[in-house]
Amino acid sequence: MSNLQDTWVYLSASPLFHLTLTLVAFQLGSWIYERSGRHPMLNPVLLAVIVIVGVLLATRTDYGTYFEGAQFVHFLLGPATVALAVPLYRQLDRVRSSALALVVSLVAGSVTAILSAILIGRMSGATPQILASLAPKSATTPVAMGITEQLGGVPTLTAVLVIVTGIVGAMLGPMVMTLLGVTDWTARGLAMGTASHGIGTARALQVSETAGAFSGLAMGLNALATALLLPVIWGLLS
Amino acid sequence: MLGYLTLIFTCQLIGELVTRALALPVPGPVIGMVLLFLFLLVRKGVPEGLGTVSATLLQNLSLLFVPAGTGVMLHFELIGRSLLPITLTLVVSTVLTIAVTALTMSWLSRGRGDV
Repeated sequence: MSNLQDTWVYLSASPLFHLTLTLVAFQLGSWIYERSGRHPMLNPVLLAVIVIVGVLLATRTDYGTYFEGAQFVHFLLGPATVALAVPLYRQLDRVRSSALALVVSLVAGSVTAILSAILIGRMSGATPQILASLAPKSATTPVAMGITEQLGGVPTLTAVLVIVTGIVGAMLGPMVMTLLGVTDWTARGLAMGTASHGIGTARALQVSETAGAFSGLAMGLNALATALLLPVIWGLLS
Repeated sequence: MLGYLTLIFTCQLIGELVTRALALPVPGPVIGMVLLFLFLLVRKGVPEGLGTVSATLLQNLSLLFVPAGTGVMLHFELIGRSLLPITLTLVVSTVLTIAVTALTMSWLSRGRGDV
């Protein structure tokens, strides 16, 4: 028994355990997702988070300890964002030929995201702190956290809300666009990236390189648009 | 492979430095993406090794969001108290944003006969 205890003490102090847990949970999530015929409600990120939170609560592990292991996965978000330049370059002709339409649609989407988040949040009774944490939800995590901090929200809550926004977009976005009759990959990708940043882009990349490239581009541009527009809209509404 | 991984890291590193030095409202990796894009423009093509590295990173893009998503456990209480406004806002606003962006783009490109 004390041997087992010692092993556990060793494992929980080493980053290896929580790093492996992250990989195993995600692969389990992906397996269930594929098995279900890619059912949108069985999003692999969502499933992985549920499994990991379950394990951490059962073993009374705090998030800080978990993150010591998981940070190695988290770190790769930066390089992966840089790597989005490759699909973007491969779609250069398409991007060039639709540059104006792209920028207009992006700004329309960015304003919709900000305005609707503030108005719906306010109407449904969000506290000012929650509202400030919700407002930048469609921007990628580092930008969203920075904005929330300026507005007096909770940056670590924003990080979670941004992820949930990504999951919601990945779950519902393709269905909504099909219902609306939007079939071309440029428009579908652009919308996924604008509303749901990297998680939307991950979903778009699975179905089409064109959609993935436009989604990655939209994610980058919407980070910029949100950083510039949100403080202005927030000021006008309060 | 290692050379291209180094190239990607270097782009990000320069991006982080530029963002901080100029106090830009964009995250470092996004500037890094622009730099790598410029590199590809100058080089007029994607080297095979870079294609492989970027495909490896991007194939598993959603995995990379799992550690931050697990941060939900820090805020169970806060989220629980505001569950209705949070759920309503996230779902309705996200769907609305996707609809507006997709319809605008689709409408604007249809007008030019370029689908």
